Amino acid sequence: MSRSFGRDPDGRGNPRRVLGLLVLASITVMTLDAKTGSDSPVDAVRATVGSVVGPVETVTDGMVRPFTDLGGFAKTNKSLREDVADLEAENARLRSQAATEPVDRARLAELDGLTRTAADTGYALVAARVVAMGPMQSFSRTVTIDAGTSSGVRKDMTVLNNDGLVGRVVSATRTTATVLLVVDTDSVVGGRLGSNLEIGFLRGRGSVGDDGTLALDLVDNQVTPSRDDVVVTWGSPHGVPYVAGIPIGKVSSVVSSPRQSSRQAVIEPFVDFSSLDVVGVVVPKGTRGDRDLITAGSAR
Amino acid sequence: MNGVRPAILVGLVTMAVVAQSVLFRHLDVEGVVPNLALVVTVVAAIARGPQFGAVLGFGAGLLLDVAPPADHVAGRWALALVLVGYLAGRVRQDARSSTLTAVLVVGAASFVGTSVYALTGLVVDDHSWAMGEMLQVVVISVLWDLALAPFLVPLLLKVMDATQPARAL
Repeated sequence: MSRSFGRDPDGRGNPRRVLGLLVLASITVMTLDAKTGSDSPVDAVRATVGSVVGPVETVTDGMVRPFTDLGGFAKTNKSLREDVADLEAENARLRSQAATEPVDRARLAELDGLTRTAADTGYALVAARVVAMGPMQSFSRTVTIDAGTSSGVRKDMTVLNNDGLVGRVVSATRTTATVLLVVDTDSVVGGRLGSNLEIGFLRGRGSVGDDGTLALDLVDNQVTPSRDDVVVTWGSPHGVPYVAGIPIGKVSSVVSSPRQSSRQAVIEPFVDFSSLDVVGVVVPKGTRGDRDLITAGSAR
Repeated sequence: MNGVRPAILVGLVTMAVVAQSVLFRHLDVEGVVPNLALVVTVVAAIARGPQFGAVLGFGAGLLLDVAPPADHVAGRWALALVLVGYLAGRVRQDARSSTLTAVLVVGAASFVGTSVYALTGLVVDDHSWAMGEMLQVVVISVLWDLALAPFLVPLLLKVMDATQPARAL
């Protein structure tokens, strides 16, 4: 692969040869990553790049947040101008603090909701914020959160917010982690219907739009889910990657194809994936890290 | 002096990749954001030719593939942007003539790049969507890049010219 970076002796080279080499290099990386699956050598590269780019994303997010929180393009333009005017930084900080107070209050309410979730489910949570979101044109639905292994966040942990299940951690660096959202087409979650405890599998449907929907395939073909029936996680052994009893969404419609005997239910998730902000990562009780754990009873 | 120019380019590509997932997530259209890394690649190719475009496209694509929160098979954006960089470099004589043509090249490149990325997903069965839905994403993505190109192209062309090694006269 390192050959592709090589220069031709004359320095200008033959563009077509360079193209051939780079295309070959890309295909090699793709094959390597696709074939080796979970122990891909590319994961080491991901971790290295992640530990550099992750903090950059966190810092960038911190800079744009006071303005994006308030919404509106004008505020974003203002933020850019203020970045240049470093002398006014102190003054601007105080002003933005006063302006974002209602937003902070809203965030506090979200944290309260998270605390309630911890109390209701009996798990310990590490609170984190979403700092970056994968673009839809990558066709994967992932976000970066600002908590990593230093806070006890590891691969295959459940991520939720006060509305319900968000996704699972697929990789973690020291200070950030990548979360695969349940609406991703490669995400499979075991779900249970609230009314009759029937089990099934939920997959992301992969459709344009911020909200996204899930498809539920029930194991038992004879059961027909009813509208507005709530689906909760069924839970995996030892809670890896999903702990049990987290609400996912409710049945919005049922499609049955005459050819297949099974019926597929369309699930509308409780979580609004377009405005994800504060989330909680489910960690084992007693996890030590640089962040306080939210546990049942501790904040009540 | 020698290391400064590549460092500026690396910084520019990193900024593009970070901005599209951090800043633009607040301005997304149906979850789709402008592909700034692709625009940088196209402008680099227009400014410096197919070879430079392909190499920069490979680097920018690989960064898109491994920088968080990416979770798809690595190499997919790299392949797409290598082709985009090469093709944009081939039409540089026309593209350099006016900003309007350069903007149109960005639009065409956006269509080619996003489509190549989408198709490789089908080949390696990675985050694959239905064809119609993918096409919608491609269209929105092209419109986004076309909307930003009139502002970004002149700016980036200046950066590319400024970072060009001095030619022997």
